[in-house]
Amino acid sequence: MRAYVPQYQLVTPASLNDALTLIGNEPGVWKPFAGGTDLMVLLEAGKLPHHNYLNIWPLRELRGIEITDDHVTLGALTTYTEVQANDILRREFPMLCQAASETGGLAIQNRGTLGGNIVNASPAADSPPALLAYNAEIELVSSNGSRWLAYDSFHTGYKQMNIRADELLLRIRLPRQTVELKHYYRKVGTRKAQAISKVCLAAVARVADGRIADTRIAVGSVAPVVLRCKQTENALRGNELNDDTMTLARATLTSEIAPIDDVRSTADYRLRVAANLLVDFLKTARS
Amino acid sequence: MESTSGKIEIRCTVNDEPQSVNAYPLERLLDVLREQLHLTGAKEGCGEGECGACSVFINGEVVNSCLVPIAQIEGASIRTIEGIASPDQLHAVQQAFIDCGGAQCGICTPGMVMAAVNLLQRNPHPSEADIRTGLAGNLCRCTGYMKIFESVVRACQNSHK
Repeated sequence: MRAYVPQYQLVTPASLNDALTLIGNEPGVWKPFAGGTDLMVLLEAGKLPHHNYLNIWPLRELRGIEITDDHVTLGALTTYTEVQANDILRREFPMLCQAASETGGLAIQNRGTLGGNIVNASPAADSPPALLAYNAEIELVSSNGSRWLAYDSFHTGYKQMNIRADELLLRIRLPRQTVELKHYYRKVGTRKAQAISKVCLAAVARVADGRIADTRIAVGSVAPVVLRCKQTENALRGNELNDDTMTLARATLTSEIAPIDDVRSTADYRLRVAANLLVDFLKTARS
Repeated sequence: MESTSGKIEIRCTVNDEPQSVNAYPLERLLDVLREQLHLTGAKEGCGEGECGACSVFINGEVVNSCLVPIAQIEGASIRTIEGIASPDQLHAVQQAFIDCGGAQCGICTPGMVMAAVNLLQRNPHPSEADIRTGLAGNLCRCTGYMKIFESVVRACQNSHK
């Protein structure tokens, strides 16, 4: 059943400062509203419990992609379309571009934002596995200042985040790679476009002399949060890319993740496919 | 643009005409277009951004108008299916849909045409894969996908004659 729209507010602040003042004065009253690709779906279904929103979509301070020698920094309102169009992201962070291209269809990609994907906090979100594998950091701002934190420490439980009610997500920062990496991103859903993932794996590896010198692995839709799989990374680091390592990888990942049965898939399927994706990643890294 | 309670006034252009509408800030662009401006070409299919029947352009980009709150339209330029043909001639995509039987029940057609027009604006020489990707956000319940696909191929050929 549709929501009764007159009960909802969406106020437009004139600037980031105005927005931060408002949520600083009335913490918890106002929640940010960006491209609306998740919130409008809940509204239409009559399942949007919060009523007062801050229209951050027009805030220029939350837009733009900045490139320095060490980092690529994306405003929280960077859309999936803007991610795919950026040459440096395409060259150095291909998994993020692939995630953006596999999120919804074009109309969603024109409105959905990277920051929205993060704070919507779905364990099935498409860009967070790539952000985790790329060691992303995020900047949170309030009227009292700003703080950077590792994205890995942001999601603390299902829909639980390390963010205060007076803070907004301002930027996402990706450290530029100084060594050559193998990149592997694969989302498994019911169809290529529009689908929400059953399992999604993003991983990078540095390979030297046939061994995994370093690796970072993140998996979506297999836990209450998108998961950086550090046990599996530790088990694999230093190993030769041979069949024994594939077996070890499968066993370690299977014990590290705990997927559930839900409307989109089953725990068994997710467990098996996540392990298959990991092995596929290692085989790709070997070739 | 400030809202404390009740309706707000939003100014924008729709198909090159300046418009001013009063609406609750979270009213959907789709509803304002259909019910206030009587532009009923954009259809409501799923109401959740899956089907593309409500596709319109905002500042030249294709969006699902069922997912856009009217408060975010202030100052924007909207184009709907009603603004695609010129006064005396259909757009090449529209003509191709007629020539190739690209429309069956017609509900998805405005969105399909908008997606195809947008694709050709971005990429005048799309590959077959580009066309499939360009239409991937639009569903046809009649499942007449091949004729829709062929219509877009025809539109590309005709616009390069």
